[in-house]
Amino acid sequence: MDESEKKVWAEVLAEAKRDPRWHHSLHGCFECGVCVGSCPSARYYDYSPRRIAQAMAREDLNLLKEIVEEDIWNCSQCYACTRCPRGNSPGGLVIILREVAVKHALPSAVEAMTGYTRVIYKVMTTGTQVSSDMLQVDAFPDWGPQVADTSKHLDEWRQAIPTASLWGTKSSAWNVDQKTRLELYRIWQMTGVMDWVKPVAPSVAALLEEEFEEALEEEGEE
Amino acid sequence: MNPVRTEDLVVSRNRRHHRDPALAPTTDIREELLELEHKGELIVHRVPDPHVLVGTKYGRQKKIPMGNVWHHKSCGQCGHIPGYPTSIIWLHKMLGLDSYDPTNQTSCTGWNYYASATSNSLAQVSVACRNFAAAYKDGFYPLIHCGTSFGHYKDVREELVTQPELRREVRKVMEKLGYPLVFPEEIVHYSEWVYAVRNKLAALKVHDVSGITACVHPACHYHKLIPEDVVYDDEIYNGERTAVITGLALAFGAKVGDYSTWYDCCGFGFRHILVSRDFTRSFAARRKIEVMINEANPDVVLAQDTGCVTSLDKSQFAVKPHGVKVGVPVISDAQFAALAMGAHPFRVVQIHWHATDWRPLLEKMGIDWQSAWEEFQEDLERIKRGEIKHLEWGDVFNG
Repeated sequence: MDESEKKVWAEVLAEAKRDPRWHHSLHGCFECGVCVGSCPSARYYDYSPRRIAQAMAREDLNLLKEIVEEDIWNCSQCYACTRCPRGNSPGGLVIILREVAVKHALPSAVEAMTGYTRVIYKVMTTGTQVSSDMLQVDAFPDWGPQVADTSKHLDEWRQAIPTASLWGTKSSAWNVDQKTRLELYRIWQMTGVMDWVKPVAPSVAALLEEEFEEALEEEGEE
Repeated sequence: MNPVRTEDLVVSRNRRHHRDPALAPTTDIREELLELEHKGELIVHRVPDPHVLVGTKYGRQKKIPMGNVWHHKSCGQCGHIPGYPTSIIWLHKMLGLDSYDPTNQTSCTGWNYYASATSNSLAQVSVACRNFAAAYKDGFYPLIHCGTSFGHYKDVREELVTQPELRREVRKVMEKLGYPLVFPEEIVHYSEWVYAVRNKLAALKVHDVSGITACVHPACHYHKLIPEDVVYDDEIYNGERTAVITGLALAFGAKVGDYSTWYDCCGFGFRHILVSRDFTRSFAARRKIEVMINEANPDVVLAQDTGCVTSLDKSQFAVKPHGVKVGVPVISDAQFAALAMGAHPFRVVQIHWHATDWRPLLEKMGIDWQSAWEEFQEDLERIKRGEIKHLEWGDVFNG
């Protein structure tokens, strides 16, 4: 790693450490391996929560680079690693590193959004992450013939649910008021999330602005 | 291998835990929340009366509201397994408890946060507080349906209480939205409510489930995030695991089959279920379902969260040709209780949205699903003919 690269990764680490949660997630490492033994991702990927805890405790910039570029998106975020007898939370470190990666549109974050932007659009516009119209055979062939049944009968099946907020909803999980959707969009604006999304998922940001800016203007909001 | 005997799960042996709140490794964040209210920083939304007290991991007591709740729904449940929230609401109605099904609610957006990190602490706390303020203004207490929302909101509570600067920023956001800064006295998961009323529900059962063996999967974000707030009971697993789900199954008279990988996640992975499903499938099928079959041979898997039901249920189809042992239906504790209490399997439990064959389970529970399916088909025909626009609770209780 040359000096200029060192400078970049030192800043990534410094930014991660400025997150108030960082120091609650890292207390040193016994190398006992409890976190690895508990970790579902470690069973299927070349991934080790212990490596993350150790590298971050040592502030090893070379390993930090490898972890951010290759490891963090493999974590399952189940927090089984919090079994750590030292009170570490490698999963907690991962979510902070993911945030930094997204905020600075690091290559691994941009790559992680591949195939995922539709979900971001869904949650940012409706406030609900999944909807029944996503249950299409081409999207979920591995879920078996029940997906085809759902897709075929979706219109009437969604009407045949007595929970009123779900009546007829296909593009959102439940019927979310337009006022509530606008409030959610304003939260994304006021908290800087829109600025984070633009570099990693520009199409989502553009669609959101198109969908909500006019409505906000009509309501007299900037 | 035979399932673990029920008495092994419930009988207290010599090993008893000494639960003393004073010895808990963490401070009681709820007291700090009340101090902030005393200083005028926020409003604490009190658990309404009547409520019941349940014990948590270190012996602290937690208030569980009996009714007057704001159903904080789960996006995964409502989108893909709608019988899950519907069963929770049905159970409230069966106990004659008032509740509210809002449309001014968003999800916690935590699923996306854990999957893509396209959010930040300020946004996540603001989303939570907007929902809580909406519930407060509506006059109902939030009952959290989702395991991730439950755990995430407790993380949010830690951040809000311990970070004054973050609190100031969130207050500004709420002011601009026209809401007060409100946080609930307790974060309550629906499965805790189910646990608290399990004996009242069991008293209404109409199907004998003593021949049913269930394997229990507790949700990671229920019992691994802020574990000191999670419901434990010395009479269940000797107080060594959370008592929710298992407490309900035992109250109904079902057998609970133990298995060695109970602590493992379901394989959901948040982003994996959507974009790396090979991991989810492999983990859910090989590390969970197959182990359950080998060690306990269950009739059903009971879970308490959106992602767990989805991962464990949907992952079984594709691995079957590879010789993996699968074929166990997966439903929530609330759906199981509803079925045992005579809820319509399609109008209420909406079991047709589940992938793994549920027919053997229903038949073993003594439920005539064929007749129920014919009734439901007639409902669908009436909707298609335009005679009714949608199914209503009146159709469920009077139909």
